[in-house]
Amino acid sequence: MQVTRRQALGLSAGAMAFVALGPGLKAARADEAATQKMLMDFTGGKEPASGKITLTAPEIAENGNTVPITVAVESEMTDASYVESVTVLAEGNPNPEVATFHFSPLSGEATATTRMRLAKTQNVVAVAKMSDGSVFMDKKQVKVTIGGCGG
Amino acid sequence: MAAPKPRVKVPKSASAGEVITIKTLISHKMESGQRKDKDGKVIPREIINKFTCEFNGKPVFSCDVEPAISANPYFEFSAKVMESGTFKFAWVDDNGETYTHEQAIEVK
Repeated sequence: MQVTRRQALGLSAGAMAFVALGPGLKAARADEAATQKMLMDFTGGKEPASGKITLTAPEIAENGNTVPITVAVESEMTDASYVESVTVLAEGNPNPEVATFHFSPLSGEATATTRMRLAKTQNVVAVAKMSDGSVFMDKKQVKVTIGGCGG
Repeated sequence: MAAPKPRVKVPKSASAGEVITIKTLISHKMESGQRKDKDGKVIPREIINKFTCEFNGKPVFSCDVEPAISANPYFEFSAKVMESGTFKFAWVDDNGETYTHEQAIEVK
């Protein structure tokens, strides 16, 4: 059988991806289950409630290379009650983790803005962990016109 | 690549107890480790993996950064200032280097 250049490239690329990932790492594409697992690792097995946290992301992102996102969590941000951390996960990226923000009472407000990469149209999840251990979640779907993970 | 250059925007002055907004940006290619060069070889990952902000030595905000953060990583966050002091920012590169920046604020 004649192997076309395209097939050869595809095969070698696949092989490379495997080698690069190495043992113990996740498969090339994250799925919802992997995201769910990471979410549970972050919350310590707790099911997050809705509310308190707001994730702001564009409905349609023309360029997946730089998608602005903002997380904001309602909290007094005092020594007694504050937001410890917020993690952002992208279900459809090669690696679901995006960033974890750590706040302190000195933050004043638990808000953070950054720019992220999205490989394709997918859900972005933000989970907040409070100082009292409660967890809250928000989810937004972002439609991506041009994916931003290279390859 | 040119040396990463941090850029930070902090108000010069604020009143005590005010919550201010801080904007930071650092020039960095954030090579994700997912891309391949034209021979099909994976370009090794090289990203900023941690960003921290301290005020007078106390932690204000930090971020564990993954390859899914865009090139030239941008972070905007807030801080509550009670007294004059210095904000210290640090970006940790995968290659072991740490880029730092300091900015003072006067509280009236």
